[in-house]
Amino acid sequence: MSTLDSTGQQTADAPTPDDAFHGAAALGKRDTDPPRGGAAEGPLVSADGTPLKRSLQRSLRRQKLRAFLLVAPLLLFVLVTFIAPIADMLFRSVENEIVSETLPRTTSALAEWDAGAEDLPPEDAFVALAYDLVDAQERKLHTRLGTRLNYETTGVSSLFRKTGRSVDDVGDIYFDQFEDLNENWDEAGPWARMVAAPDWAHPAPFMANAEFAALMPETAEAYTSFARAMQDENDDDPAAEEPWAPVHLALYRDLIATDQGTIDAYNGPGSDMLTEARAAVDGFETQAVSVMFEEIDEDWFDPEVWATIKTFSPVYTPGYFLTSVDLKLAADGGITAQDEDQQIYLLLFQRTLFMSLVIMGCCVLLGYPIGYLLATLPARQANLLLILVLLPFWTSLLVRTSAWKVLLQQQGVINDVLVWIGLVADEARLTMINNQFGTIVAMTHILLPFMILPLYSVMKTIPPSYVRAAKSLGATPSTAFWRVYFPQSVPGIGAGCILVFILAIGYYITPELVGGTTGTFISNRIAFHISSSLNWGLAAALGTILLAVVLILYWVYDRIVGIDNVSLG
Amino acid sequence: MAGPPSYATTSERAWYYGFRVICGLIFFFLIAPIITIIPLSFNAQDFFTFTPEMLALNPDGYSLKHYEDFFTNPDWQQAMWNSLKIAPAATVLSVSLGTLAAIGLSQPHVPFRRAIMAILISPMIVPLIISAAGMYFFYSRIGLQGTYLGVVLAHAALGIPFVIITVTATLVGFDRSLTRAAASLGADPVTTFFKVQMPLILPGVISGGLFAFITSFDEVVVVIFVGSANQQTLPWQMFTGLREQISPTILAVATLLVIISIALLATVEILRRRSERLRGMSPT
Repeated sequence: MSTLDSTGQQTADAPTPDDAFHGAAALGKRDTDPPRGGAAEGPLVSADGTPLKRSLQRSLRRQKLRAFLLVAPLLLFVLVTFIAPIADMLFRSVENEIVSETLPRTTSALAEWDAGAEDLPPEDAFVALAYDLVDAQERKLHTRLGTRLNYETTGVSSLFRKTGRSVDDVGDIYFDQFEDLNENWDEAGPWARMVAAPDWAHPAPFMANAEFAALMPETAEAYTSFARAMQDENDDDPAAEEPWAPVHLALYRDLIATDQGTIDAYNGPGSDMLTEARAAVDGFETQAVSVMFEEIDEDWFDPEVWATIKTFSPVYTPGYFLTSVDLKLAADGGITAQDEDQQIYLLLFQRTLFMSLVIMGCCVLLGYPIGYLLATLPARQANLLLILVLLPFWTSLLVRTSAWKVLLQQQGVINDVLVWIGLVADEARLTMINNQFGTIVAMTHILLPFMILPLYSVMKTIPPSYVRAAKSLGATPSTAFWRVYFPQSVPGIGAGCILVFILAIGYYITPELVGGTTGTFISNRIAFHISSSLNWGLAAALGTILLAVVLILYWVYDRIVGIDNVSLG
Repeated sequence: MAGPPSYATTSERAWYYGFRVICGLIFFFLIAPIITIIPLSFNAQDFFTFTPEMLALNPDGYSLKHYEDFFTNPDWQQAMWNSLKIAPAATVLSVSLGTLAAIGLSQPHVPFRRAIMAILISPMIVPLIISAAGMYFFYSRIGLQGTYLGVVLAHAALGIPFVIITVTATLVGFDRSLTRAAASLGADPVTTFFKVQMPLILPGVISGGLFAFITSFDEVVVVIFVGSANQQTLPWQMFTGLREQISPTILAVATLLVIISIALLATVEILRRRSERLRGMSPT
């Protein structure tokens, strides 16, 4: 209510806004003491005694409120069913949470690493990757991430899938040695007793013992992520599952980094096991974690893989937009050209624009004579002929597309007629479909009414007396047309052209059905990325660019014609 | 037609007839593809061209077998019922909300009129593939993707601009003194709406509804993405048919759809004339 009132007062034509404030205060008083003296003194009053000004203002406000309440349900409906989806698409075109969400430790370990320097990242990054991947693997997120990164660097998807299969063995070397030392290191119970907080019990999310976590931070963290994964994914009690090898890797790293005295001083659960292990780890056989990864797949020694992870670790990325214009993010954070064999989008945008322009040109050429004829014929005949324009306009798009598909085929009606006339030899039938020609013909046919209708409505308003006057002054018919008639019809051409062009660049169905491979538009690529390659971010970025182009064109259209003048025939 | 004026020169005469021939060819281009498929749909063979029997007007060359296929094939029947379930629901939704909003928008004082109008018209402006992509992303987030409700909501959103445009256009010519007269005679706003305003704007509402219906009935891009196999509509089935194995049944369906379009076009035209007459304008 209050917001509505205030919007009402902001409107320029509302009389003296501050009166309303005084009025509201005075209104309460007025109810208690009745108006004295009537109309004789003070301002004009309405029948119920309130000043006329205020009473008018109140009714104005009520009108505005009523109008708004009538519009509100639809506005809300369109916002939810249409505007929110568009906003979601815009958001998806830059959103990139998946990398930092799936590999939180790795991305922060890579923060300091210089991706441009061609070196491998530090050992800590490999360790972090082991913890992240084993967790992601259990939660079945690693293939999704692999697919995401594969859009940027081919081969990452299979690398992640392969690594996911054996990542719970990373740290096996320590696992075996701890187990040799004490059987309990391969037992679920002792581990759980040692790490869990005293008051934790299974269905509650796992909590680590604070004292243990202070002493052995990596182990506590690695075990917690193991325990939570068990609970979330399989609803298993972590106290009944023996932890995976990366937890033992964490245990080894913690023990090596802590001196014997500190461990001896600890007296929580499992302290004797820890003391014993601390004494032994110095003699353990060791192996670099990076080497463990290399044993799974040597691609982990390829700095490019790591550079990809680092480059795409931010939550928001311009990467999809860059791909849309055949550029890519380089490892050093700069922007470089996309690999030659993947440069397809600029070509597609160019083709979409070029073909839309050709279709627009064809529509002007074919639409102008019809508009002229309709505008110069008597109303009765013009209305009859207008039906010939409106019938295709009203006919289902699919019907018109299938008609062209049937007509343009090699064994179709047009080729048959051409062969029958003798223009084309039977064995040299023309290929008119599944190429640019097919798309242009079919779309010109489909969009022609959108050109004729605005042309006709503009030409109808041109008085024929101007051309007659020009002729009576000695102009030849062609001069009279080009110098007098044509300039007056230009607004109609402009309106029709923009309308046809806007509709053409967003077309999907017709190019998909008659365009083959050379006659497809950017919208076909968007559909491909949504339903086949599942690269939704790229689809969203391409869609956003297309949307921006269309909105700019509509803005131009609005300037020239006014959006309210959209005619439906 | 009157023909060229008697004082016209020879070249003017030539141009006069030449121009009409050109226009005739363009009209032929507009209409011929649609007309051609109608006889082809009665083809007795599974061809997409005129067989010699058809050209000889031999009755053996014609048959109703493609129509029979349409009315017996479970896929096509399912698609038809889906279309007939989705389009009316979407139409009711967009007409009821759209008419209310159009009445609200035609009041003299509406805050943020231009912005609201822009939002309500936007489903018509945004290319369908973008609407489809956005709806696919968003509806799968909120669990509407692949549901009947999701498709109905999406189609209702697409139909709303047409309802808004036609109904506001009717309301422009609406004489406000009529509602004031009704109110001064003691009618409450609801009675005024149904007894005075509604009968007068009804032609606009119905043609808006027809536009919304045809939008949903013909729509294929959004339903492909927002719907699932259970919501496969007639245009979707045609699209699949055209892309995969093209069967002449499509031509039978296309012919039926052309007949529906002609019926709708005639209805809209009649309504437009009636509306102009009611508003006291002379029919043009």
